[in-house]
Amino acid sequence: MSELVQRVDLIFGEYSDQKYKTLAETVGRSNEDIIKDLLDSGLKGRGGAGFPTALKWKFTMEQPADERFVICNADEGEPGTFKDREILSKVPRKVFAGMAICGKVIGAKRGFMYLRGEYKSLLPGLLKEIEIYDETAKKLGIDFKIEIRMGSGAYICGEESALFESMEGKRGEPRNKPPYPTVSGFMNKPTVINNVETFVNVLMICRIGPIQFRKLGTHDSRGSKVFSVSGDTPKAGIYELELGMPLAEFVEEFGDGDTKAVQVGGASGFCVPRKKFKDTIIGFEGVPTGGSMMIFNSSRSMYNVLHNYLEFFEEESCGQCTPCRVGCQQLRKGIEAVKRGDKPVVYLEQLMKLSETMKITAKCGLGQSVANSFSSIVSNFKEEMIY
Amino acid sequence: MTKTKKINIKIDGINVSVEEGTTILNAALNANIHIPTLCYHKDLCVAGNCRVCVVELKGAKNLVASCAMPVSEGMEVFTNTGKVRLARKHIVELLLSEHNADCTKCYKNGNCELQLLASEMLTGEHMFLDLVPDQHYTIDMFNPAIIKDDSRCIRCQRCVRTCEELQSVSALGVAYKGDKMKISTFFEHPMFEVVCTNCGQCVNRCPTGALVERNYVDEVWDAIYDPTKHVVVQTAPAVRIALGESLGMNPGKIVTGKMVAALKRLGFDSVLDTDFTADLTIIEEGNELLTRLKRALVDKDKKVALPMATSCSPGWIKFIEHTFPEYLPNLSTCKSPQQMFGALAKTYYAQKRGLDPKNIVSVSIMPCTAKKFEANRPEMRSSGYQDVDYVLTTRELGIMIKQAGLAFESLPDEHFDSIMGESTGAAVIFGSTGGVMEAALRTAYELVTGREVPFDGLNITPVRGTEGEIREAAIKITDVLPEWKFLEGVELKCVVANGLANAKKVMQAVKDGKADYHFIEIMACPGGCLGGGGQPIPTDREIRNKRKEAIYQEDKGMPIRKSHENPEIKQIYAEFLEKPLGHKSHELLHTHYTPRKRY
Repeated sequence: MSELVQRVDLIFGEYSDQKYKTLAETVGRSNEDIIKDLLDSGLKGRGGAGFPTALKWKFTMEQPADERFVICNADEGEPGTFKDREILSKVPRKVFAGMAICGKVIGAKRGFMYLRGEYKSLLPGLLKEIEIYDETAKKLGIDFKIEIRMGSGAYICGEESALFESMEGKRGEPRNKPPYPTVSGFMNKPTVINNVETFVNVLMICRIGPIQFRKLGTHDSRGSKVFSVSGDTPKAGIYELELGMPLAEFVEEFGDGDTKAVQVGGASGFCVPRKKFKDTIIGFEGVPTGGSMMIFNSSRSMYNVLHNYLEFFEEESCGQCTPCRVGCQQLRKGIEAVKRGDKPVVYLEQLMKLSETMKITAKCGLGQSVANSFSSIVSNFKEEMIY
Repeated sequence: MTKTKKINIKIDGINVSVEEGTTILNAALNANIHIPTLCYHKDLCVAGNCRVCVVELKGAKNLVASCAMPVSEGMEVFTNTGKVRLARKHIVELLLSEHNADCTKCYKNGNCELQLLASEMLTGEHMFLDLVPDQHYTIDMFNPAIIKDDSRCIRCQRCVRTCEELQSVSALGVAYKGDKMKISTFFEHPMFEVVCTNCGQCVNRCPTGALVERNYVDEVWDAIYDPTKHVVVQTAPAVRIALGESLGMNPGKIVTGKMVAALKRLGFDSVLDTDFTADLTIIEEGNELLTRLKRALVDKDKKVALPMATSCSPGWIKFIEHTFPEYLPNLSTCKSPQQMFGALAKTYYAQKRGLDPKNIVSVSIMPCTAKKFEANRPEMRSSGYQDVDYVLTTRELGIMIKQAGLAFESLPDEHFDSIMGESTGAAVIFGSTGGVMEAALRTAYELVTGREVPFDGLNITPVRGTEGEIREAAIKITDVLPEWKFLEGVELKCVVANGLANAKKVMQAVKDGKADYHFIEIMACPGGCLGGGGQPIPTDREIRNKRKEAIYQEDKGMPIRKSHENPEIKQIYAEFLEKPLGHKSHELLHTHYTPRKRY
């Protein structure tokens, strides 16, 4: 592995000999102390949006309420992402420990894991781990229960407010924001909802301390990140790497020597062409990612790649808001029309403007992020859209 | 009341100070700045899904939906920037691209919010591809009351919210996702096979032509032009205080006289009044209630169904059939005034006028879409023919008046024809929530005690319903006439509810044994018939309140205000019906309903 691509073993590292050792050490600490550590660590959410975890927790604990909730978002549905599956099958204990710490800090008595419908096979293992957690919690005097709720296969239910709706037994449609989950989340109570990986990071920060954690990554992107590497690569798989590396180094490590583009952050992320590999940082200061890294070599048609993404969004949009529901159809049919020659090449400009409108007017992150892949693929591979 | 905080914001450079929690949309309205909307409706919760109302905020990358965004101190809003205008135009273009915009074939042509927006945005040559041909839209035309055309639907979900929030019926819901997302029914069954009550509140709120009443305008014109037919028309109490809105007048105008004049000019052979049978309903229903009370109190009959509930509102009837079928015996057996009128038009009226009932076409003008369904019920053929042939909404009458080119506002006031045209103030208030209760009490109290109800000016304000509320009242009966001795000292417990969501609460309380009412008045629509599904669009709380004022004003101005004093009522009992709840009444004026399943 090259010098710049730093393998890390924070998340997948061995469990300690004593079950829930870090949790046991942490429950005795003051909440302010823990929040301060999280703040100092610079930890940002690992789901992709990158909201500072410490602030999310702080806002939730400060919100007056008779009940608060902790939710672990395990509805990993972004195309090209499969790292939570690995975390949940290898180190579920770290996830539950992280959730329990959150419960202690924000004053929640109940936590839920919303598990992607397709990950049903993980359920027995997780339930077994919950039994172990329950025993430990009893011993430690922790009043925090964890339950699992199954998703049913809708991508949109990974959007936090749609996830709440789904958990409440309703149709998975995103809510208007504000109010944000920290004020009104599951059952309209203040709720912390974090990605699977974030909870593990929290636990590791509690174990190794913020100073150690900060040593990894860059100014805006602290710590390590679990990447799901797929596509035209001889080394497809899960890798825990330091954040903030240049994409060029990543491609050197994982590419097949003929890499044309990398889709960073899945279908809702950005497509980076070869000429921009050098200047692109993987992290919040550059291209953020929830972990999906799809590598394409010169044998791939970027038109097909985009078409595939658009078909995905067209189907996975919840359908409630106009820009997303109709916009996705227009983008997909629009590039088809240009390809067929039914619409002039300038129609692509019209579609670019439309994608911009979707970005600034859609109700939730799904519709807003369609423009990411659309504009980055169309502008960088225009000739492939036409010929 | 807690003191609310004032928030200061700037909209398009204008300083605006509003209460905390106000949305940008309403704050802008305060500053006389109009922001276009589609999915927003004053009666409903905020959806924020059409995105037409987006505005720009200083310092924010994305635009925000002004209907859903509360103001915050120091916020700077821009409602008319280039970015906003392009976004709105894109959104309207997107809606048009999936909308069957064949406007000239649409019933809502000229009264469509999407059409209006398109004209404001100068959409002209469409920006995007036409998606309609690839969609497999369905049109549900099986229902006698409501037509649902998915090709006109813009998925704003106003109907879904109406059906759930206001009516707690939830006949309409969202099905599928993404490009296939649509508004549908349980397992996509046709509307007439599901729990839909035909109340038409969705029709009243649909911004486009996706949900409309089945109109019978042409059928009625054909009947009018047919020289062999004698066309009688009856008009419901709530039509006369709302029809003006369909013809460009402000809400709250009483147009009874002009309406009668217009109907005569349209060519109806006889213009009569549903209010007449509203008075008749009071006599029959009042007696029915007293009979049930007697059976319960004197005969100690355990099987007598109390509380008794009103049966004038066909939306409510269908609701109880589906939702509380075990309480069907509690419904008054009285038909609704419309159906009493229909049955009498082809019997009593035909005899009096020497007409063959087969040549009579009976038309009614109603604030209601459920009345269309009611007229088609198999129970409603006691004259030997379909008792009411065609039901038109207030809106449809508005269309006919426009078609005929009548200058409505300048028409002289004219009087209803006779017979069956005479009515009282008690009948007029049938159009408002609490009205049937008040009218019944005015008559029943007097019948039992020989004295007028002990309320100033006959205005029984404790039972005058308030929109969105359940109103309970207890009236103590004392010093009764000898034949009603069993009612001495009885406290008559009444409850009034409007909107099916409230109806459900009342019935649930009865079911749970938490309520000991004697008499329940329910109207399916918010505010009662004055807020009916067939009333002019738009209808919202403010407009309903104006209509309500007009109704009580009309009552006050009537020379007779008690149903039992209506001379034509006395006449019909003397000449035809003999006595309340008599054999003829039973045959023509009373009915029973059918239990239906929820699914």
